[in-house]
Amino acid sequence: MTAPTTPAAAAPPRSRNRGSGSARRVRGALLGLIVPALLLGAWQLSSATGTFTAVQLPPPGAVAAAGAELLERGELGVHLGISTQRVLLGFAAGAALGLTAGAVLGLSRTADALLGPTIGAVRAVPSLAWVPLLILWIGINEDSKVTLILIGAFFPVFTTVSLALRHVDRNLVEAGRAFGLTGFRLLTTVQLPAIIPAVFSGLRLALAQSWLFLVASELIAASMGLGWLLSDSQNNGRVDRIFLAIVLLAVLGKTTDALLGLAQRWAVQRWA
Amino acid sequence: MTAVLASSTTTDPRRRPPLEVSFSRLGRSFGTSSDRRVVLRDVTVHIRPGEVLAILGTSGCGKSTLLRAAAGLDTPDAGSVLIDGTEVRGIDERCAVAFQEPRLLPWHTLQANVAIGLPKSSSASAGKAKVAELLKLVGLDRFAKHRPREVSGGMAQRASLARALARTPGVLLLDEPFGALDALTRLKMQDLLLEIHTAQPTTVLLVTHDVDEALQLADRILVLGSSGDGPGSTVKDLIPVPGGRPRDRSSRELAELRRNLLALLGVAAH
Repeated sequence: MTAPTTPAAAAPPRSRNRGSGSARRVRGALLGLIVPALLLGAWQLSSATGTFTAVQLPPPGAVAAAGAELLERGELGVHLGISTQRVLLGFAAGAALGLTAGAVLGLSRTADALLGPTIGAVRAVPSLAWVPLLILWIGINEDSKVTLILIGAFFPVFTTVSLALRHVDRNLVEAGRAFGLTGFRLLTTVQLPAIIPAVFSGLRLALAQSWLFLVASELIAASMGLGWLLSDSQNNGRVDRIFLAIVLLAVLGKTTDALLGLAQRWAVQRWA
Repeated sequence: MTAVLASSTTTDPRRRPPLEVSFSRLGRSFGTSSDRRVVLRDVTVHIRPGEVLAILGTSGCGKSTLLRAAAGLDTPDAGSVLIDGTEVRGIDERCAVAFQEPRLLPWHTLQANVAIGLPKSSSASAGKAKVAELLKLVGLDRFAKHRPREVSGGMAQRASLARALARTPGVLLLDEPFGALDALTRLKMQDLLLEIHTAQPTTVLLVTHDVDEALQLADRILVLGSSGDGPGSTVKDLIPVPGGRPRDRSSRELAELRRNLLALLGVAAH
């Protein structure tokens, strides 16, 4: 009858309604599959009716068959494996460097004034422009490809982190300082947790960028990987394999992004 | 409660004694040289160890600036602040601050937030015991594992107070700590502060715009405001409050003092 003086305290911590939440998520995922299914149907229909020639647009069955053939020969696994490995290595290194550089430039006005313009100029260089230089310096090997992907993953993380750090709640930072937190401890205790949601947005952009740069790195001077499969199939006129590579890139990119999205949801709940 | 109070004075041998605070000829202005705004001018006041000093004044008169100078969060451009005879330069280990907003880290539990106040030197086990003891002192022991957004504003403010106490400060600086709370919660918090002051005696500087709060809690009331010829605020009056605490909120003596204080602040007592 009498209202408690501390209403929020009287109630236990809000329990999220997980049951209906996951049901909604499943429904959302199913909705998202409708358009790909329709596209697949349209693809099948247009190749069956002969709107396009099999050279222009091979039917889905042919693409699947090409995939099965490569899988049987053990090549598809190699392509998928090496491409994923390159992306993950480059993404991890680029994200770590982006986080570090973003923290330094986001927290220090001097560092920002000193390095900001240079980093901005480097960012403006198109990805393919790096390829000749990387091959010259590092050689035709894994390192040059991973380095290119690293460059691609670096900038989204760097930009989001450095910007977000400038907008951390000043009151919280001051409270941290008032209790003796400075430098690295202030960063890890107050500033970094405060920007976790922004960091994850940056990471997702960086991952998408990594797949982009992967193809750029494999189109030239590669002997395996999905990008190499693309250019090799182009040279041999294997349109079915070109489609296969494109579909696989789409599926892999979306899958890794979805995994990162799950981690993001967890992190935002934990830190926001 | 008495059991808690007794234990809290025995389990912590490293506690700082209450410390003396002196502002001497302190001045602070803001803005550029062409557009200068003097906020504080020539503030001189000595606060005895263990004293509760309320700093009262209209909004914008520089109350918080004075407190921030003592905390080392702000540097005065004239004069100095001495704590226990040594000048304050930068964030001071001997002080702890509670702000008008709780300023708790939303991703931590109340317990972890209070632990942030612990001095660097404290060991993990001693720190844990200290946090538990403080949460009990402010009545939050059942909410130790809650996040700040899961508790009420008054509870968050109590956690903020516990975080300040975790530092075992010689000087406790409170910047309108109850200003954002509803009237009933505020009265309860005032009583809690008195209990804490008995349990863990420190020098307390309490910024407030609430005359009754100052009368209820303070040994002396420092009234800040413009006076004389210069710009900015300075010490307008320093008034001892009679009677031991807790005080009868309706006593005639305090009513008289309230009228005087309101007049000093430029408010007519109807």
